[in-house]
Amino acid sequence: MTAETIATAQATAAASHPYNEVVPGAVLEATKTGLVVSPDRIVELARYLRDEQGYDYCSMVTSIDWPQYFEVVYYLYGAATPKDALVLRVRLTDKANPVMPSLTSVWRGADFQEREVYDLMGVRFEGHPNLRRILLWEGFEGHPLRKDYKEPYFEEESKPFKSRHPDGAHQWAEDRVPWKDNVSYPVGWDPDLWRSPEVQYRRIMGVDEATGNGDGLRTERILVNMGPQHPSTHGVFRMVIAVEGENVVGLEPEMGYLHRCHEKIGERNTYIMNIAFTDRLDYVSSMSNNLGYVLAVEKLMGLQVPERAEYIRVIMAELTRIISHLIAVGFLFNDLGAYFTPALYGMRERELILDLFEAAAGSRMMCNYMRFGGVMADLPAGWVERARNLVWNRLPKVMEDFENLLSGNEIFQSRTHGVGVLTAAEAINYSMSGPMLRASGVPYDVRRAEPYSIYDRFEFDVCSRPEGDVWARFRVRMDEIYQSLRILKQALDGLPEGPIMPPGKKQYQVRVPAGEAYARIEGPKGELGFFVVSDGKPNPYRYHVRAPTFINLTSLEKMTLGHKIADAVVILGAVDIVLGEVDR
Amino acid sequence: MFGSGVLKGLSVTLKEFVATYIDDLKRIPSRYAGGRQLLDQTETPPEGLFTVQYPEERRKLAERFRYIPMLIYEAETGEDRCTACGICAKVCPPQCIWIVRDRDEKGKPITRPAEFYIDTTICMNCGLCAEFCPFDAIKMNHDYEIAAYDRMPDLIFDLNELRVPTTYYASIRPTEWAEEEAARKEKEAEKAARPAARPAEKPAAKPTPIALTAAPAEPAAPVKRSPEEIERLKAEAAARRAAKAGGEQK
Repeated sequence: MTAETIATAQATAAASHPYNEVVPGAVLEATKTGLVVSPDRIVELARYLRDEQGYDYCSMVTSIDWPQYFEVVYYLYGAATPKDALVLRVRLTDKANPVMPSLTSVWRGADFQEREVYDLMGVRFEGHPNLRRILLWEGFEGHPLRKDYKEPYFEEESKPFKSRHPDGAHQWAEDRVPWKDNVSYPVGWDPDLWRSPEVQYRRIMGVDEATGNGDGLRTERILVNMGPQHPSTHGVFRMVIAVEGENVVGLEPEMGYLHRCHEKIGERNTYIMNIAFTDRLDYVSSMSNNLGYVLAVEKLMGLQVPERAEYIRVIMAELTRIISHLIAVGFLFNDLGAYFTPALYGMRERELILDLFEAAAGSRMMCNYMRFGGVMADLPAGWVERARNLVWNRLPKVMEDFENLLSGNEIFQSRTHGVGVLTAAEAINYSMSGPMLRASGVPYDVRRAEPYSIYDRFEFDVCSRPEGDVWARFRVRMDEIYQSLRILKQALDGLPEGPIMPPGKKQYQVRVPAGEAYARIEGPKGELGFFVVSDGKPNPYRYHVRAPTFINLTSLEKMTLGHKIADAVVILGAVDIVLGEVDR
Repeated sequence: MFGSGVLKGLSVTLKEFVATYIDDLKRIPSRYAGGRQLLDQTETPPEGLFTVQYPEERRKLAERFRYIPMLIYEAETGEDRCTACGICAKVCPPQCIWIVRDRDEKGKPITRPAEFYIDTTICMNCGLCAEFCPFDAIKMNHDYEIAAYDRMPDLIFDLNELRVPTTYYASIRPTEWAEEEAARKEKEAEKAARPAARPAEKPAAKPTPIALTAAPAEPAAPVKRSPEEIERLKAEAAARRAAKAGGEQK
C-alpha cells in the first residue's frame, strides 16, 4: 500500500468510526493508543460516551508535550458496567496558546486533573469552573513540564550527569546558581512593580463572580483557614472553609505544599532510578507504588515475571495494604479526638510488618524492592516463618482488639454515621476510587475489574458498603484488612520455589522500546496508575502518576457542605490522604 | 447499656497496662535495667509496652538494612576493591556519587579512584550503587548515627571516610559476604582448572582485584597510606601492566 492509500484508508476508517455517526466529525483518527478527537466536538462525544456507552468513570487526565503539538489524554473506564479502557486524545497544534473545552461538565472528576494540566503544561480549559494553579503557587511563572522549561538547578537533560565521573570533584548545587538557592526569576522581573497575586475566595464567600454583589457581601460568612500546618490535615494540606456560624457553606482545598516535581524528575531519571523515587509518593505504602510503576514499564518491555516473584509481590502488596489501612483507621480516630491511642495500636502492628520489609528489602519505608521482571532479592531465611506467625497468629488477635476498642464506641458511631455522604452516582462521576468508591456502594476493585499480577488466582471479597458515609469508609477499610489477611494466607501457602528475576544478567541500563503504557493497581488509597511514554531512550519521555488521593479530594467540598466545621476534619480523615501522593 | 462501647475500649487499654508489668517481671534482665542492650526484633515482641528505649537499647538491624554506602578494601592487603568504573555514579538516582579516576605518572587513567565523594545530604539510601557494582566494592553500611553540626565538610564523605575493611563488611553482612566469597572461590577454581596455554589471548581491559601477582608486604589493615606506599603501589601496577604486555597470563 502506498502512503496515499494508507492515509485515505485511515481517513475512511476514522470517518466511518461508529462514534462519528452520532457526533459527526468527532473522531479524527483511530490509533492503537486511542482515538484522536477533535477539540470542538469532544464535549458532545464525552456526553454521548458517558450516557449511551457507559463510560461513566474518567480515570486519568494527563498531557504530553510533543514537538509538534500538545496532547491531552483522557482514560475512560466504566464503573457501573465494567468496560475496557477507552482513550481519547486531543492534539493542540497551537503551542503558543493551547486551548480546549473542559470536560468537567461531563465528569466532575476531571476537575483537579485539568487544573494540573493547566498548571504544569499550560493548556487552558474553557468552561472549567475554577481554572487556576493547583500544585504551584499562584505567582509562578512558566509551565514546568514543558520540554523547554529548565529548572534552576538544571545540569543536563537526563541523568547520568557527565560531571560525576570520571572527573567528578564534588560541587554544591547551590554554588552553581547565581542566587545560591533553588529559585529563578523571570526575565525582566522588577520586584518594585510586582504585586503579589491574591487568590480570591469569592465563590465560597458567596460573592457573585460576574456582578460582585456590590456591598451586599454576606457578613455572616467567615473564612476559616485550616492551614497547611495543622495537626489534623494529614500533612501539609490547606482547606479554606467558609462558615456561617459552625455550618460549612463552602470549601476550597489548596494543595501543592509538598510538590516535589516528581514527574519532571521522572523525565530526567532513567527507568531504574525512578523506582527509588516512587517510594516517596505515598510514603506509607511504598511497595505498592513500586509495583505500579514496575508493572507499567514491564508492559512496555513485554517482560515475563517468574512465579515466585509474582507471589512475593502479592505478599508485599497485601502487607502494604494492611499497614496503610492501620494508619488510615488510626489517624481517623486521631482526628476524632481519640488522640493517639488507636493510632499507636495500629503503629505497633505496622512496626512488625515494617521489620519484615526491612529484612527483605533493606529499608522499612522506602523499600525500593520491585525491579523490572521481578523483585530485588529473594526473601531471607526465616522470613516466611515470621510472616506466617503474623498472619495466622498475631494479626487476627490484634484485629479483634481493634474491633473491641474502636467499632463499638458510641462516640465514634454518633460522629460518623451520616457524615460526609456521597451517593454511588456522585462517587463515580467524581472519579473516586478505592475505599471511597466502595464505601458508596460501588463494588469496583481494580484487582477484579482488570486483574494484574496474579490476583485472578486468589479468592477474596470486594468489600463494599451502601451508606457512603465516614462510618462506611471505616468499615470498608477494616473489612479490607480481613480480606488482605485472607489473600496473604493463600499466597504464603502457595509460595513456590524458583528464580525471582527473569534469566539474564543484571542490567543497570534498561532498554525500553518506544510506546505508551498505563498500568493501574488497586493501591490501599485507591486506583494508583502510572502512565509512561517511552521514545526508546534510557529515560522516559513523559511520566505521570495518577494519584488516587489527589482525585479523591475533588469531592471534599461536596461531602462537607451542610455539616459542621468539626465534621470537616473527620471527612478529610476518612478520605485518607497522604500528601506525598496528592502533591507528587 | 449506654457506654458499653467505651467501657470495652477502656478494658483493652487496661489490659495493655497490666501486661506491661507482667511482661517486665518475666524478663531477666529487665529491659529497663540500663546499659546498651541490643534488641532482636525477630523475637516475640513484648506484651504491653512496645517502645525501644533508645539510646540505652538499640535495635539489632536486619542484615540488608541500608544507610550510607561504604567502600570495601581487602583487610589483608589494603587494596581497594573499587576500580573507579563509575557504574555506581551512573546508577545513583540523586547523582550523589562523585568520582575522580586516578592517573598514573604519565597521565594515563588507571583503575582506582583518586577521589571519591558521596554527598550524604542527598543520598536517598536506595542501594542501587551496591546492587550494580560489578566488583562488590561498594556496599550499604549500617551506621545511622552520622549526625553532624555542619553540612560541609562533615556530611560529604570522602574516600578515607568511606573505606572499611572486608572484616567489617563480613561482620555486618555475613550472608552476603559468604555468598560472594563462595562465588569468588568458584570462579578462581574454574580459572585455575582452565589450561594455562593461552598466551595469545588479549589481556583483560581491567585488572580484577582478586589476583595479585606480587602481594605487597604491608601491615594488616592500614587506614591511611603514606605517599611512599602510593608510589610503590603505582610502580607495581606499572610492572603488572608491563608483564601483561609481554603476553604472560596474570
